[in-house]
Amino acid sequence: MWQHLFWIFAHPWVYIIVLPAMGMVSDALPVFCRQPLVGYTLVVIATITTMILGFGVWVHHMFATGIPFMSLSFFSGASFIITIPSAVSVFAWILTIWYGKPVVKVPFLYFASFIVMFTIGGVSGVMTASVPADFQLHGTYFVVAHIHYVLIGINLFGVLGALYFWFPKMSGRMMSERLGTWAFAFIFGGFNLAFLPMHWTGLMGMPRRVYTYPEGAGWGWVNMTTTVGSFLLAFGILLVLVNVWHGLRRGKPAGDNPWDAPTLEWAVSSPPPPYNFATAPVLASRHPLWEDRLPEGSGRSSLHHGPLLDDGKEAMLTTVLDAEPDLVVKMPDDTLWPFLTTVAMTVFFGALLLHLWTWAAAGLGAILLCMLGWLWPRDDLAQTSKEAHHG
Amino acid sequence: MRRTIRHIPLLGTALAPAAAQAQGENRPMWYLETFGSPGNEITPILWGLLWLAIGVVVIIAALVLAGVFLKTQRGVDMRRDQEAVSPPHDHSALRWMYGGLFATLAALSVFVVWTMMTMADIRQPDGEAPITIAITGHQWWWQVTYLSEDESRIFETANEIHVPVGVPVKFRLTSADVIHSFWVPAIASKTDLIPGQENTAWFRADTPGVYRGQCAEYCGKQHANMALRVVAESPEDFDAWWDMQLEPVEMPETEVAKMGMELFRLNCAACHNIRGAMAGGEMGPDLSHLMERTTLASGMLPNTPGHLSGWIANPDVIKPGTLMPRTDLSGPELDAIRAFLLTLDQGA
Repeated sequence: MWQHLFWIFAHPWVYIIVLPAMGMVSDALPVFCRQPLVGYTLVVIATITTMILGFGVWVHHMFATGIPFMSLSFFSGASFIITIPSAVSVFAWILTIWYGKPVVKVPFLYFASFIVMFTIGGVSGVMTASVPADFQLHGTYFVVAHIHYVLIGINLFGVLGALYFWFPKMSGRMMSERLGTWAFAFIFGGFNLAFLPMHWTGLMGMPRRVYTYPEGAGWGWVNMTTTVGSFLLAFGILLVLVNVWHGLRRGKPAGDNPWDAPTLEWAVSSPPPPYNFATAPVLASRHPLWEDRLPEGSGRSSLHHGPLLDDGKEAMLTTVLDAEPDLVVKMPDDTLWPFLTTVAMTVFFGALLLHLWTWAAAGLGAILLCMLGWLWPRDDLAQTSKEAHHG
Repeated sequence: MRRTIRHIPLLGTALAPAAAQAQGENRPMWYLETFGSPGNEITPILWGLLWLAIGVVVIIAALVLAGVFLKTQRGVDMRRDQEAVSPPHDHSALRWMYGGLFATLAALSVFVVWTMMTMADIRQPDGEAPITIAITGHQWWWQVTYLSEDESRIFETANEIHVPVGVPVKFRLTSADVIHSFWVPAIASKTDLIPGQENTAWFRADTPGVYRGQCAEYCGKQHANMALRVVAESPEDFDAWWDMQLEPVEMPETEVAKMGMELFRLNCAACHNIRGAMAGGEMGPDLSHLMERTTLASGMLPNTPGHLSGWIANPDVIKPGTLMPRTDLSGPELDAIRAFLLTLDQGA
């Protein structure tokens, strides 16, 4: 039972880790390929599909726990199917490289290797999705290798690439390409030296979480390779930290848009001013800064003329499908109610765990009261102005 | 604690020659070549998946590398060279995408069907399984009970399982404390032992030999040293072994061994059972016929008089965290107990 609860949480958690990194790659890889992402809509649909399917595959961590074969086959099938949306993303990235003219910079190195790491983490996942194979692979170092390809290969490589990509925007300075290339070489080499052979350790039958094993098991040399690789990887990470530190202090000034990237954040100064945009920009396409070079859509984004949101806390309300600016809405001011609600929820759930039923009832009542207070209609928020103030 | 490591390199020496033949001396946990069912049914799909995985990774890596090397523009200043940006030709590009997705889907379908067929295959043994063994996981050893309809033929042992070759054996698996997992890679896949739940599993060893098994679910400090051995032997040998296990121990003959039996009752019998020696503890492994086993402490030490003394004198040094306490015996007491235990060898 606890195992079920744990994995219902923990499997979607993995996707929570990897999906943002996949988004970073889908966003930034095309910049270095000098063209928009191939199959943007499909990638978006694939991401949403992954999110939904991700909630239906938790049992694939529990194939060996004696669950009836009928339900195992369902979760096995679901785990196979979740490959498809990932394949969409992989093909989209590869095609973007093939149809583009890539410029090799440090972020691109991370993104390109990310595609391969993603594939390795993915296919080892497919192997464990097959129930009979998992009966053997489960609980061995094969799974340890798999999770490292997922968490480091799919998350860390994407995030490091994104760090190099957005660092100029955040700090106003560039990170050194030369140091970055060295760091990449150590991270890529070290990571693969450490974790690629680990699949083999698992196939040789080494169980997870053992502190010792018989000498005759034959796992010694692969584990040694892993140890060497992990030190190289750690040294590479150290170089990245040095690279960041050096970039902050001595980096060359970046300018607004060092990569000639197409999206909105590159239209403002680096680092961006606290107010981001003086007026709310109105967009006509996904690539406002490439519009004059791409035959895309009609109309032009207007970055310097748009509604002013200068009357207290306000936000734009746009139409649902086309995101056309529609209304300016008043946002509520800071309030204590959400905090009180969480306190009440703490009391409620804590009391449930401790079997204190009166406290639980009181907590539940308090939650309802706090939510009433939070959502109580207020006159000053009722107003919405149809006409935005134009600046 | 540091000393524990030195006791371990015993596998090569302790394995019977038959096992060395069956399993390859250096790969006691290897499961890409198996010697029984359901391992034999699983291995082909495992290899299939492995080759599929390698193939996919090679293809994708080649595509990425080729894309990068064929298409890279050199010496581009991204800040200035603005002409470079081009639209993505979505029409022709998406055709490749759909092709790739179709190939992916086709490969996956094959493996889904193969998976389901294999599952149907390994669900039950072919034919009746005449022998049922109950295994209870403990921190950190395996309690093994051979079940029988005839109550007088039921007996208990620990950490070493004998099975007849060519006969399916059923297992009833549960745990006395935390979750463990029963795994004999060269014959069978793994099934968890869960407290308060009875899981079932089965296997059939096809080649005589000794196979290593190991707990495959982290279960505490000595999870790493929770091994078991499966001895697969001819049905005749197996029956003889079962009959031998049913014999009560013979009373010791020498003075020192008699004294040892008394000391065992005083110091050890609260936890250990020895059938026929008025020692009926249930906390620790059953020690009747101890000398017939080849290892001590769940596959950690070869069963030799020296290791036996060391183990009794100070278990925690050998297996840090073990639940077996130190008993503070004097030298002569220890010798006597050892002498008694060494008589428990009807099988040899």
